[in-house]
Amino acid sequence: MESWRKFKQVFWAVGIPPTFWLVLFFLVPLALIWLFSFGEKQGVVGIDITWTLDNYIRVFNPDILKIFWKSLGVAGLATIICLFVGLPVALGIVYAPNKYKGLLLLLIMLPFWTNLLIRTYALIAVLRQRGFLNFTLEWFDQKMRFLFDLVGLGGLGAAVLGEQFQALELLYNDKAVILGLVYVHLPFMILPLYAALERLDRSYLEASLDLGAGHLRTIWNVVVPLALPGIVSGIIITFIPALGSFLTPDLLGGPDSAMIANIIERQFKSANDWPFGSALSFLLMYITFGALALRAIMARNSKDGI
Amino acid sequence: MAKKSLFGLEPAGPLDYLRKWPLLTIMALTFIFLYVPLLTLMAFSFNDSRRNIVWNGFSLKYYAKLFQNDDLMIAFGNSLTIAFVSTIISLILGAMVAILLWRFRFSFKPVYEGAMALPIVIPEICMGVAMLAFFARIGWPNDLPWPLSLANITIAHISFTFPFVAVIVRARLAGFNMEEEEAARDLGAGDWEVYRDVIIPHMKPGLVAGALLAFTLSLDDFVITFFTSGPETVTFPVKVYSMVRFSVTPEVNAASTVLIVITVFLTATAMWLQNKGAKKK
Repeated sequence: MESWRKFKQVFWAVGIPPTFWLVLFFLVPLALIWLFSFGEKQGVVGIDITWTLDNYIRVFNPDILKIFWKSLGVAGLATIICLFVGLPVALGIVYAPNKYKGLLLLLIMLPFWTNLLIRTYALIAVLRQRGFLNFTLEWFDQKMRFLFDLVGLGGLGAAVLGEQFQALELLYNDKAVILGLVYVHLPFMILPLYAALERLDRSYLEASLDLGAGHLRTIWNVVVPLALPGIVSGIIITFIPALGSFLTPDLLGGPDSAMIANIIERQFKSANDWPFGSALSFLLMYITFGALALRAIMARNSKDGI
Repeated sequence: MAKKSLFGLEPAGPLDYLRKWPLLTIMALTFIFLYVPLLTLMAFSFNDSRRNIVWNGFSLKYYAKLFQNDDLMIAFGNSLTIAFVSTIISLILGAMVAILLWRFRFSFKPVYEGAMALPIVIPEICMGVAMLAFFARIGWPNDLPWPLSLANITIAHISFTFPFVAVIVRARLAGFNMEEEEAARDLGAGDWEVYRDVIIPHMKPGLVAGALLAFTLSLDDFVITFFTSGPETVTFPVKVYSMVRFSVTPEVNAASTVLIVITVFLTATAMWLQNKGAKKK
């Protein structure tokens, strides 16, 4: 690395165009909605920047606050499920025979490369009322009834299975949103966990097992404390995009499954309240930055510690 | 060490987690969960029946329908045009950032790096609405003729793809041996010739991987495009979104399968090139 003064021409030639682009087509738009967030609506399209804090105060309106808490809860729950599923999967990959490792990692990453919209659509096709899952359940239901009839216990069959097959309502509710978020964000969790576990000295695990601890206790008392920086990193990397999700609640959720991003979209499209939408966008960004800062601090501490 | 196989007769070691049934079950269920929806979606795009859940025999008719669907084809053309143009520009800008950050020391560099990482980390929705507000405020015309009407989406795509390109190209540059440059200078190369003849050729695998990534990101993007596209400038994901909202049909399955195959192929190529570049070093 050299001081820029040594090659001034090259420095300016490679520095100016991307900086210009970043400022004009990224920072200026962000600054614009930052300004809007302190503005008031004037007529249909006008916005007066009056430096009011009203848009931020409106977040404390119970309805909006409820959506904020709900978004944090839904994203948090999805993150925790990802952690509980991801940890054993990452552990399995780390201790898989070397020749399968690459393949297993690739299998985790492959759905990750697929378009988010398409993955969500694939879930809809499986979960909807006339979807594959209900279709399969109905098939089992019919076979069971047939079996009951065969042994002459049709009445018992009806008592156990109900009069008629009831398709499960799997879509358009909060559970579907959580399932969708887990489906989409699982690789975000597994990859950092894998990276952390891969660095782990396996003699610690062997020692713990030799000394008589079971597998679960070894995972809880040895693996988790040692891999904590990786776990925190995985939690944050999963939580941030989950919190800002727009498509998943939009397509899989019901009328009251809206998350922050859906409320922001509504302000900019149908409700046409740009100042409020801008304030919400910035709050979402501040939460993101807070989480990233936390991750940076944890990473630094763990480096100092070891 | 003795040969091991997943179902070998050898007793499992204490850490052979893949040979312990609780873990094997969790892993198997995870992979089923990840793949069954996508695989059924792809399989049923070849189904001969309108009803999406009963297999009725193999057919390519929904692919034929796809190619006769003008709206969808226009949207696909738009997506490819945007991806192509934004890839070229973000490749140039990203390479410049990579050289700048790899080569030079300057004041406020951490701040500059942070600003460059912003488009990667901020929630897509925030960037989407910022772009919407920006183009509305500067009075971007909505009635431009065809290729130009895609300019605002293209600009938005470049803004979020070039920092990714920069990260990839910079990683490649980190493996550059400075002695190569010194040798070139000793042989009489000037400041510019060093780049043209030594550094840029070294960057090549990174540039190709970055270009493929930028192309895939652009082709795949829904949220940011959703906020910058107008009624006349629909891209493939935006079109698929409006179709998905209405119903689950074999056409959407076929369209999705086409997009899955393209993006998986491009990303796999990018990864392969990157690994190849890394191994060479």
